[in-house]
Amino acid sequence: MSDSLLKDAPAAPGLPDWFRKLKSAAASKFESLPLPSRRDEFWRFSNLKALDPQDFTPARSIAGETAQSLVSASQGLQATSGSFVFANDHLLARQADAELAKSGVVWLPLSEALQTHSDLLSRWFMQNPSALGSSKFHALHQASLKEGTFLYVPKGVRVSAPLQTFHWLAGSGQAVFPHTVVIAEENSAVTLVDWFKATGEARNLSCGITDLHVGAGANVRYASVQEWNRQTVSLHNNTTTVSGHGSATHLSLHLGGLFSRSESVSRLNGSGARSDMLAVTVADAVQEFDQRTLQDHRSPDTYSDLLYKNALYEEAKTIVSGLIHVEPDAHRTDAFQKVRNLILSPNAEANSLPGLEILADEVRCSHGATTGEIDAEELFYMQARGIPARDAYRLITFGFLNEVLERFPDEAVRAALQETLRARLAGH
Amino acid sequence: MSTEVISQIDVDRTRGDFHYPEQHTYDAGIGLTHATIDYISDVKSEPDWIREFRHKALDVFLSKPMPTNWASHDLENIVFENIRYYLANAQRPTRSWDDVPDDVKRTFERLGIPEQERKFLAGVEAQFDSEAVYSNMKKALGDEGVIFVGSTDGLKEHPEIFKKWFGKVIPTGDNKFSALNSAVFSGGSFIYVPPGVKVKHPLQAYFRINAENFGQFERTLIIADEGSEVMYMEGCTAPKFETATLHSAVVELVALKGAKIQYVTVQNWSANVFNLVTKRAVAHEESEVRWIDCNIGSRLTMKYPGVVLKGRKARGEVISIALANNGQHQDTGAKMIHAADETTSNVISKSISIGKGRATYRGQIHIPKHLKGCKNNTECDALLINSTSRTDTYPAITVRGSGNSVQHEASVSQVSAEQIFYMQQRGLTEAQAMSLSVNGFVNDLVREFPMEYSVELKRLIDLEMEGSVG
Repeated sequence: MSDSLLKDAPAAPGLPDWFRKLKSAAASKFESLPLPSRRDEFWRFSNLKALDPQDFTPARSIAGETAQSLVSASQGLQATSGSFVFANDHLLARQADAELAKSGVVWLPLSEALQTHSDLLSRWFMQNPSALGSSKFHALHQASLKEGTFLYVPKGVRVSAPLQTFHWLAGSGQAVFPHTVVIAEENSAVTLVDWFKATGEARNLSCGITDLHVGAGANVRYASVQEWNRQTVSLHNNTTTVSGHGSATHLSLHLGGLFSRSESVSRLNGSGARSDMLAVTVADAVQEFDQRTLQDHRSPDTYSDLLYKNALYEEAKTIVSGLIHVEPDAHRTDAFQKVRNLILSPNAEANSLPGLEILADEVRCSHGATTGEIDAEELFYMQARGIPARDAYRLITFGFLNEVLERFPDEAVRAALQETLRARLAGH
Repeated sequence: MSTEVISQIDVDRTRGDFHYPEQHTYDAGIGLTHATIDYISDVKSEPDWIREFRHKALDVFLSKPMPTNWASHDLENIVFENIRYYLANAQRPTRSWDDVPDDVKRTFERLGIPEQERKFLAGVEAQFDSEAVYSNMKKALGDEGVIFVGSTDGLKEHPEIFKKWFGKVIPTGDNKFSALNSAVFSGGSFIYVPPGVKVKHPLQAYFRINAENFGQFERTLIIADEGSEVMYMEGCTAPKFETATLHSAVVELVALKGAKIQYVTVQNWSANVFNLVTKRAVAHEESEVRWIDCNIGSRLTMKYPGVVLKGRKARGEVISIALANNGQHQDTGAKMIHAADETTSNVISKSISIGKGRATYRGQIHIPKHLKGCKNNTECDALLINSTSRTDTYPAITVRGSGNSVQHEASVSQVSAEQIFYMQQRGLTEAQAMSLSVNGFVNDLVREFPMEYSVELKRLIDLEMEGSVG
C-alpha cells in the first residue's frame, strides 16, 4: 500500500469533528502497523504477495455516459424499499420508499448521514476493532472512507421489502472503501443486500467494512454479493453484534476478485441471541479466497451456526479458518461450524482450519470440515438419465452450493442470489 | 451437571512423589554451551561424527526462536540456563537384574511394576536418569537378530544400521526442541527388527527423571525392516520437585515396506514438567504406523505425533487420550503428511478437562497435488468436567487436487446429567458415577492399549477423577 492513498484524500468540507479525529488517528495507525506476515496465525496459508505495496489512489468519480450505464446495469432485486448506486465511492443514484421516512427509518448515503445524523452515527461508527488480523486494513478503511450505506431502523419497525446497495469499481489502480452500517433497534426487522460489481479488467483495490448492530429481539438479514473483476484485491471486515433474543443472518456470495479476504465476526452479547453465518464461494482460474471467521459467545444461552461451502476449479485456492470462542460464563451455548470443500480440479487447493476455544460449561459445540470431489455414483445416475457429464457436474455443484442459499430467509433475495450463482457456474 | 458441589481435584501424585539420594558420578553442571557438548561426548566416548552432529545442533537450537507465535506463553517460563543437560550414574548398561543397584530397584518397586509383568516383557530397558541402567533382552530376541539397545550404544556399535536414519525423519532443525535434543540427547532406545521378524511381545522401556532441574533428552529410533512387526511401549512417571523440569525427547520411527510399528505411550510426569516432544514416523509402501498416546501428567505437554505416508497404500494412525487437571495444559494432536497415492490416515483424539485444566488439540493434515485415493478421517471429542475447565481445537487441513477425501469432526460436551442421575439412582455416589462416565468416554480408545497398560490407565483416570465431584 503506498502513502499516496492517504495523501491524496481530500478534506471534505463540513465533516464532524469526531469523524475527522478518528480519520487522522487511523491514518497514523495505518502507517505505523506492519503488513501482515505469514508467521501470524491469522495469515497462515495466505498468499501475501497480493498485498504487496501497489500504487493505488483513491478512486475518481465517474460521470456522463459511463455513470448512466452503471446505473442501468444495477439490476439486483425487483421490488425494494430503497436502493443506492455508488461508483468509485461516489453516489450515482438513490431511491427510497416514502414509507421509510414516515416510520423513522434512516436510509442515507454515509456522506449525508455524517452531516444530518452525526450524533447517531458517532455512537455506532466502527466500534469494533479488527479481531482477525486486519488491524492495518481496518485503519486504512477508517482513514480513507468517503461513502457507504447508513441504515437505521427504529424500535419495533419492520421494513417489509429488502433494501439494496450497488458498489461499482471502475478504472485502473483505483481504491474504494465501501462501508455499510446497519443499526436495528429493539424488535425491528430489516433485509439488506450489498452488490459489489466492477467494469473493466484492471487492477484495483477494495477495502471495505460491514457492521451490523442487531438490537434486542431485532432481526437483520444481510447478503453481500462480491463480483469484482479478476484483477481486484479485496479485503472486507464484517462484524455482527447481536443483543439478547436478536437474530442475524449474514450470507456472503464470493464470486469475483483475484485475492479476496473476508473476516467475519459474530458477537453474541445477550442471552437468546442467534447468528447464522453463511457463505458460498466459487473459485476458479488463479483466484484465492481467504475467509476467517469468529463466533464469539459472550453471554449464556446463545446460538451460532456457520455453514461455508467452497467449489474449487482450476488452480484456485481457498482458506477457511474459523474459530468458535465461548467465554467462561457463556454457559449453555450452542455453536456449530461446518466447512465443505468441493474440489473439481487436480490443481485446486482447499485449506480448512476449524477451531474451537471453549472456556465455559454445559456447551454444545461441534465443527466439521470435509474436502472431497463429486460422488461418482451421483454423476453416473445423472448420465444414465441422459444428462451430459458437463451439465451433471454443474447441476451437482449448484445443488451443493444452493444448500447454503436455501438458508437465507428472504425469498426474493434467495432467488436473486440463486440466479447470480447459476450465471457464475454457467461457464463451467 | 451442577457445578456447585464440585471441589477442585488434587492430583494424587504419591506414586511418583519420592526420590532417593542422588549419586551422580557424571554431571555436566547447569547451563548449555559448546563445552557441555564436548563434556557429554567425552563421557560417552563418542565418535567424532556424533560430536559434530551435537555441536551443529546446538547452533541451530540457539538460532531458533521460541514458537510462542502460536504456542502457549508458558514456554517462556523455561530457563534454559538453569537446566542440567547431562547426568549419568557411572554405570554401563547392565545385563542382569542382579547388577541393578538396590536403590534403583526400590524406585521401580514404588512405581509398582509388578514382578510377574516382567516375565511377559520381551526386554526391559529401564532408564534411570539419562543412561540405561538395566538392559535385558530375552535370548530369543537376540537370536532373531532384533537389536534393542540404548541410543549411544546403537550409534557406536551399529552405525551401519542406525546412522542411515538417525536424524533423517526428524531433522535437527525441525523445531527448537528437536535441535535441543539433537545437541544433548542421551538415553532412549534404538531398535532394529530384521525383515519378516514379528516380535511377539511388546518391547518396553520405563523412563524416569530423578534429579532436580534436570532435563531428560532421550532419543529413540525404531527401524522395522520389510514385513516385520514390533510394538514398543513407553511409560513414565516422575518424582515431584519444586522447580520446573524439562523433558524433550525425539522419537523417530521407520516402517519399511509392509512393516508394522505400534508405539504406545503413557505419559504421567509430575505436574512441574515441561514435556516437549517431537515424534514422527516414515511409513513406506503398505506399511502401518500407529501412535497410541495417553497424556495424563506434566505441566505443559506439547506433542503432535506424525506420520509421513511416503509409500503407496501406507497407513498412519494416531489414537490419543489427554487428561488435563488443575495447572495442566495438554497440547497434543497429530500430523498426517500424505506423500503417496492411496495412503490413509486416521486420527482419534479424546480429551478430558478437569478443574482448571486445559486440553488442546492441534492437528495438521496435508495432501499435496497429483495424489489419488488418499483418505483421512479425524475425530476429536472433548469432555469438560467443571465450569472452569477449558478445551481448544486447532486443526489445519490442506487438500490439493480432486480424488481425495478428508473429513474432520470435533465436538465438545459434558457428562450428561441424566447419566449421572441414572447411576446415582442405582446406588453409585456422584463421584463414582462421574468416574464411570469418564472411563466410558475414553473406553474405546483405552482398549487400543496393551492389556497391562489399559489396566494402569483406568487406575490413573480413577485417581485423577478422585475429588472432582461430591
